[in-house]
Amino acid sequence: MIESIERIVQEHRFFAGMDAGFVALVSGCAKNARFDPGQYLFHEGDSADWFFLLRNGSVAIELRDPARGAVTVQTLHEGELCGLSWLVPPYRWTYDARAIEQVRAIAVDAACLRRKSEADPRLGYDMMKRFMPPLVERLQAARMQMIDIYGAHD
Amino acid sequence: MAPMTDAFSAASVADPMIPRVARVVRRKREIADVVTLEIEGGAFDFAPGQFNMLTAFGVGEAAISVSGDPANRTRLIHTIRAVGAVSRALKELHVGEPIGLRGPFGRGWPMREAEGRDVIVVAGGLGLAPLRPALYRLFAEREKYGRILLLFGARSPADILFRDELEAWRGRLDIEVEATVDHARGEWCGNVGVVTTLLSRAQFDAANALAMLCGPEIMMRFVANALLERGVAQERIYLSMERNMKCAIGWCGHCQFGPVFICRDGPVFPYSQLRGLIGKKEI
Ligand SMILES: Cc1cc2nc3c(=O)[nH]c(=O)nc-3n(C[C@H](O)[C@H](O)[C@H](O)COP(=O)(O)OP(=O)(O)OC[C@H]3O[C@@H](n4cnc5c(N)ncnc54)[C@H](O)[C@@H]3O)c2cc1C
Ligand code: FES
Repeated sequence: MIESIERIVQEHRFFAGMDAGFVALVSGCAKNARFDPGQYLFHEGDSADWFFLLRNGSVAIELRDPARGAVTVQTLHEGELCGLSWLVPPYRWTYDARAIEQVRAIAVDAACLRRKSEADPRLGYDMMKRFMPPLVERLQAARMQMIDIYGAHD
Repeated sequence: MAPMTDAFSAASVADPMIPRVARVVRRKREIADVVTLEIEGGAFDFAPGQFNMLTAFGVGEAAISVSGDPANRTRLIHTIRAVGAVSRALKELHVGEPIGLRGPFGRGWPMREAEGRDVIVVAGGLGLAPLRPALYRLFAEREKYGRILLLFGARSPADILFRDELEAWRGRLDIEVEATVDHARGEWCGNVGVVTTLLSRAQFDAANALAMLCGPEIMMRFVANALLERGVAQERIYLSMERNMKCAIGWCGHCQFGPVFICRDGPVFPYSQLRGLIGKKEI
């Protein structure tokens, strides 16, 4: 079981080129997860105990607005990372994540990985380098969405 | 006495500033504030990406790209979004009413250069309209190109232009069509996110790809950067630029953009030519 999860972790795009020792450390915190269409991976306000690396299927990132209901602000797909809040205290989700279709993912135990990263800062730094690009991309995307580029402007 | 239409047509040969008169024969509401007008009144030749100056009589002129099929020479199709006085008046024109027309102007999409290459068409919002003639041409001559990818971004599902056509194209096996919106509610099952996210998942041969981009300048800038990062040469990333037009024939300088005039030298330019200019607050 551990062996197969190691292989899955190693082959996931997000971990491309990762040192074998680190793959083993991450795999020790990882397991397979599956979500049916409509099922939530997590909800806003919940403690961010896991993050997910998508292997198949798509996930909608939703914000809940009492006036408008759920608004999808982003969809995530195969090869992408779902969940960044596990990295930053107070480790709580700031949005809902809903499976749009059948999703298969690698679920990583966040507390476990945080502990291992504290113990070995080289692992922590490697993880930071992998998490920073999607984080920055999402920040840029949020800025573009915020200025409403397709709208008519005076 | 010759009818007025003929008088205008004769004059337009002599004076490119005088519009000829055509007539609206069909009007279709596309999305909020956007209509497509079909116009008759002569034979119309144009290259994909070219634009006309359309006149709403008594109000004024605006530059509007041709959005129809270049193979159709008897009917001219334009898609117009009402943003100000002229475009609002054009949008309100009814079937049978006259419309003024000068053009076609400018240089269009590099159809010849695209031959033998993967073609990535990236459209944002109303930017799909000036790209549609290029898409018709690509589809009509499908065998001349490698992969054809159409990536389209809109503000919300309700703002998706030419939705039925996009659906039909998506059903074709020889082209890849992906759409994304910036925000959506529960009923939308497609992609949500900026158009660059579609690009990061797209498969193409970057070394032999040509890209055609049309949309808000800021969107084209980000898409061009993403294409450069993927290895597409800046000489083969083409953008269609918009600036206020007056004469449309290189006389007045209204559309000047650094060393080039958008009306005469564009509106389509390779990114290599715009790189130092695009994104600057003032030129
Ligand atoms: C080469 C070229 C091709 C074009 N093709 C098309 C086309 O196919 N369809 C189309 O609808 N338009 C097209 N445009 C844009 C169109 O020419 C302008 O929107 C038009 O000139 C507006 O004229 P107006 O008098 O209605 O508005 P104006 O009175 O000039 O503007 C009214 C307000 O709208 C804003 N505005 C002007 N243009 C735009 C815009 N494009 N988007 C958002 N806000 C704007 C202005 O800043 C102003 O605040 C094209 C422009 C160029 C240069
Ligand atoms: S619009 Fe007059 S020079 Fe271009």
